[in-house]
Amino acid sequence: MKRVVEGSQAVAEAVRLARVGVISAYPITPQTHIVEFLSEYCANGSLKARFMRVESEHSALAALIGTASTGVRAFTATSGQGLALMHELLHWTSGARLPIVMAEVNRALAPGWNIWVDQTDSLAQRDTGWIQLYCENGQEVLDTVLQAYRLGELVNLPVMVVLDAFFLSHTYEPVDVPEQETVDSFLPPYEPKFQLDPKDPCAFGSLVTPNIYMEMRHSIAQAMDDALRCFPYIEDEFEKIFDRRYGTVEALYCDDADIILVTTGTITSTSRQVVNELRAEGEKVGLMKLKLFRPFPVHHVRSVLISAKKIAVIDRNFSFGAGGIFAQEIRAALCNEPGHPPVYGYIAGIGGRDVTTDVIGEIYRRTKNSEAPEAESIWMGLQEV
Amino acid sequence: MNIIENFDLYAPRLVDKKEYLCSGHRACQGCGEVLGLRLMCKALGPDVVIANATGCMEIISSMYPSTAWEVPWIHVAFENAAAVGSGVEAGLKALRRKGKIADRDVKVVGVAGDGGTMDIGLQALSGAMERGHDMLFVCLDNEAYMNTGIQRSSGTPMGASTTTSPAGKVSSGQKTWKKNVPEIMVAHGVSYVATACPSYPLDFINKVKKAMKVKGPSYIHCFTVCPTGWRSPSEMTIKLGRLVVETGIFPLYEVEDGKYRMTVEVDQLRPIEDYMKPQGRYRHLTPDQIEIIQDRVYQEYNKLQDKINGLHAWSDLQYEWGLFD
Repeated sequence: MKRVVEGSQAVAEAVRLARVGVISAYPITPQTHIVEFLSEYCANGSLKARFMRVESEHSALAALIGTASTGVRAFTATSGQGLALMHELLHWTSGARLPIVMAEVNRALAPGWNIWVDQTDSLAQRDTGWIQLYCENGQEVLDTVLQAYRLGELVNLPVMVVLDAFFLSHTYEPVDVPEQETVDSFLPPYEPKFQLDPKDPCAFGSLVTPNIYMEMRHSIAQAMDDALRCFPYIEDEFEKIFDRRYGTVEALYCDDADIILVTTGTITSTSRQVVNELRAEGEKVGLMKLKLFRPFPVHHVRSVLISAKKIAVIDRNFSFGAGGIFAQEIRAALCNEPGHPPVYGYIAGIGGRDVTTDVIGEIYRRTKNSEAPEAESIWMGLQEV
Repeated sequence: MNIIENFDLYAPRLVDKKEYLCSGHRACQGCGEVLGLRLMCKALGPDVVIANATGCMEIISSMYPSTAWEVPWIHVAFENAAAVGSGVEAGLKALRRKGKIADRDVKVVGVAGDGGTMDIGLQALSGAMERGHDMLFVCLDNEAYMNTGIQRSSGTPMGASTTTSPAGKVSSGQKTWKKNVPEIMVAHGVSYVATACPSYPLDFINKVKKAMKVKGPSYIHCFTVCPTGWRSPSEMTIKLGRLVVETGIFPLYEVEDGKYRMTVEVDQLRPIEDYMKPQGRYRHLTPDQIEIIQDRVYQEYNKLQDKINGLHAWSDLQYEWGLFD
């Protein structure tokens, strides 16, 4: 049934439909609506889960590592500073091979105390071994949370479902909220491969010497590869039931495009409009939306981008001393292909600044009129200070 | 005849002969901490899940692929044994609710050293106790970060020399008094709080069994001798554990529902030199400095006696009881 819900509620509805057993979270703007909705569902009995109101984000994830180790489906949500506080245990979750799902509402990091959207928080966690899926709208958020449990539980890795602060978390849109039975047919109860059980005692989190640590890490790397291979199959099943699919990347008008814009999150929606308008004017422009960021879909990215003349990546994030993070990854994906197109990196919308159709249009024109990239990153709309 | 003598006579036969923390682990000779852990496990029995903070006990019991544990055990970093324990408890409850495991009592036990309890783990411990999880938390306090090489913690006693509070020409070792975590736990309204020491094994076992029966959080602060860190002879571990109680430095007591009770009575406190002398960590202290510490020991002991004599059980403190007249 289609309902007009907030992005945050789309997350909460998906968590309810996934029959999560334990939720553990600490409030932080702009994640709060997610935990408020979930608290309400627990209070009115529509979600039979234990909600642990812990004393920090660090403990939120620590507690869920305990919960998931007993073999129970677990969920948390956080943003910005909260995610940074969890950092140690993000590594632990993937190392312990626990399929915890987290909704991560992108928020800028302080100082410059800022609650608005910026992707640097989640991208700073790209090496923690979490699968990362970036979402564009409320429907995609709901669908992605359900897919995240399937994918994570299949390969035993945690999954971060990432959404933009306010532009997505606090925006109301019509969302198809499926029936419980329909979701059950896609997402069966969690069958853990190992668990804490007095009848079959196991030890988790042991001291590991150089003798075997490397092999353990390699198995995580293999699980990431498996996730990349399995995601399309999970989407096949999802599509059969729900008649929707997203792909690891989505390519719009890319086949004959001279210039392809690369976007993530809600900037994609605005870019769709810009690209449609430019196409109407006869411009050969395409759009590639990146959804799956970890594991990075190198082959999909290459096949979409390789035949274009120029690539323009819009990053709402920045790695100081290097550049926009998506641009770096796109460059790395293309660098071994002979004659690959040059990659232009644009920094826009940092700390919640609006990325309008004008900004995206300017990015397109700048790329079109430039012989070669002037710099690793071009900061859009900087004011004189 | 006091209660402890009764147990001395009769209880040893009732102690579980099975070992849940097996031999073959890598603890130092004379380790009081691993002895405490072993006794704790005997009292707990098989229906437990242990959430162990990083520390000596984690390192010595777990080297992959071997384990000394015969019960389910999980280690997740340093600062969060209480948070992990909370999550395990919530998970087990969810499994019972969904009918996936039998509806029987499985106790979750958080275990951490003094650093993992009193310093880096205090916030998580406070959170878990406040939330009221059905969990026993045991602090195995050997008064410094022994696993990393004898660095001071907030459990290190005044005057003790450690590698980060060394005694030197212008320093006399640790400059602060030991943090009183049992009191912090009582202030959380935890209905069973106790101190213990493996040198009094039956007292300790009895307390663990009592804590297990509590539906909700309980806390035991277990004093454990560390010959390596204290530079004391390993064969003196049990003796030092007795002396710390006999000098009144670490009295053995329990707080049930707010009511304090000494579980090991000491008729006449021995001078603290008896306890400090065999330990290298106190060797540099002058008689004046020892006197200052001695005064503090008396003061703390009297504070405890005051509570034992004066405080009522919380359940007695009803409006009708008359305090409000």
